[in-house]
Amino acid sequence: MTATDAPPQAAAGAPKKQPSTAKSDPQKHGRLALLLLTPTFLVLALVIGYPLIAAIRESLYQKAEGVDESGFVLEGERFVGIDNYSAIFTGESAERFWNAFFNTTFFTVTTLILEIVIGVTMALVMHHALRGKGLVRASILVPWAIPTAVSAIMWQFIFTADGVANEVLNSQILWTTEGFQAKIAVIIADVWKTAPFVGLLVLAGLQIIPNDVYEAARVDGASAWKQFWRITLPLVKPALLVAILFRGLDALRMFDLPFVMIGQRKQSVETLSMLAQEEASQLRIGPAAAYAVVLFVYVSLIAYAFVKLLGADVIGEARARAKETKQRKAKAVTA
Amino acid sequence: MSDIKAPGGRRWLFNIGIAVIVLYCLVPFYWMVVSAFRRTSDIGDNSPLPSPFSLDNFEAVFSPAVGFWRSLGNSLVVAGTTTIVTLIVGTFAAYTIARLDFRFKNIAAGIIIATSMFPGVSLIVPLLKLFTDIGWINTYQSMILPSLSFALPLAVWTLATFFRQMPKELEEAAMVDGLTRGQAFRKVILPLAAPGMFTTAIITFIAAWNEFIIALSMVNQKEMKTATVAISQFTGAYGYDSPFGTKMAAGVIVTVPLVVVVLIFQRRIIAGLTAGGVK
Repeated sequence: MTATDAPPQAAAGAPKKQPSTAKSDPQKHGRLALLLLTPTFLVLALVIGYPLIAAIRESLYQKAEGVDESGFVLEGERFVGIDNYSAIFTGESAERFWNAFFNTTFFTVTTLILEIVIGVTMALVMHHALRGKGLVRASILVPWAIPTAVSAIMWQFIFTADGVANEVLNSQILWTTEGFQAKIAVIIADVWKTAPFVGLLVLAGLQIIPNDVYEAARVDGASAWKQFWRITLPLVKPALLVAILFRGLDALRMFDLPFVMIGQRKQSVETLSMLAQEEASQLRIGPAAAYAVVLFVYVSLIAYAFVKLLGADVIGEARARAKETKQRKAKAVTA
Repeated sequence: MSDIKAPGGRRWLFNIGIAVIVLYCLVPFYWMVVSAFRRTSDIGDNSPLPSPFSLDNFEAVFSPAVGFWRSLGNSLVVAGTTTIVTLIVGTFAAYTIARLDFRFKNIAAGIIIATSMFPGVSLIVPLLKLFTDIGWINTYQSMILPSLSFALPLAVWTLATFFRQMPKELEEAAMVDGLTRGQAFRKVILPLAAPGMFTTAIITFIAAWNEFIIALSMVNQKEMKTATVAISQFTGAYGYDSPFGTKMAAGVIVTVPLVVVVLIFQRRIIAGLTAGGVK
């Protein structure tokens, strides 16, 4: 899903360089690579591959309950085909599922937009600032380092009825109770934690834009606004897209924040992860697995669409290459 | 170079911007710290400094009834083991992806990065059933194994970035001098990569320390709960409804060591976080 379409050999075999003896023998490298990659892929197969297949299997079964026609008590599990899935989409739990699906999507879209706007602004400020760089770099890592569960409790406390949020806003909103305000509270808490991180990634992208590009633009009389739209944004796009992709996929599996801050079984903030986790903790494995598979498919589709449509280049090496060519192009244009 | 970009008039605007960012990041955290140092009865107080200053909440956190030491120990065991296993396994993969030429290299890198996008709950459902069947519920391994699913891709990716930054000539020179690739790796690359590995260890440890959904699902015994889960389920040593004072103090205890480590190694951590482009 994330492989780039560059030919695999071209990625590392720098043609200009004198190939050393080891390099001219790809077979040797191939075998060594296989050997060195095996432990990692074994672990990944065990902790991701196996559970994924098991989840798909479990989603087609249900715990047997009751008695069969001849009066025997049923034990173990029985094959139910797509019953678990049809129950999700059309059955009694459909309403709860679609609500969770909407919440998940709503949180993802809103937090992403806010994170991008705030993150890019932060990055621009940090990039241009003369003083306080050390301080800002240190403070921007604080939200990142705080465990989400702790930040959830922290914001729950800030948002209590007689808490500091209501005092500052001079309002009397019951933030952490059911309702739209609970969504807002979750979004604020999430954006607080993640926007600085996006800012950090975008800043790294900004720092590799050569300064002479801007100088040339200024000589040509481009306004600051125009410079931002025509130079900064296109050049920082690869770094930004990767940040958006990873943040977006992270938001799609949101769990800790609404779970700790607002609580379980709260309609206004329940996400797909919370739904699946609750079913699993009740050991209703069949339906839980179906939710888990649906979430996995949803995440995969979004990731695939993102990589295909927007060309988010998640493999760093290829990204670096793309940047180089872009920079060269930009230089050529402005030269 | 950036002073050319910001003409005098706009310079102070950027300085204000910096102040806003710092406040944005630190004020909520400051509020947690301040509230932790209030008396338990003053927790609704909204003054910017605790008056009177009190350590009641910290005493409450460490009272034997809460058992928070045990939770911290559990977190340390789970996050520590996850980090060590991840580094041992992941270093080879990271080196391979960063330094060796082979077919399917992009596919291998793609698979590793794709696994880091995997929603945690999709693992938990089948693993919960498996661990229930084999009696692993309430064990460390039931938390450590699933944690590898996000820690390993993260570590491989961050490490590969550090390996890539080292000049290729290093090991080529070592191999010309008669060392095998394995020896070159052990004697030349590994010592030079030590700072990068250390940074990766910090980033991985923080990710594992902050983990919540796995620890929540795999453990229901109080003695085995990790710190993040324990805090979220505090019912209070004094039997209050919502013991926010205790929770804030516990939050400070769980967070401050991380924040200190992060501040000490901030340059390296930022390099590790951004160059990989991965969380």
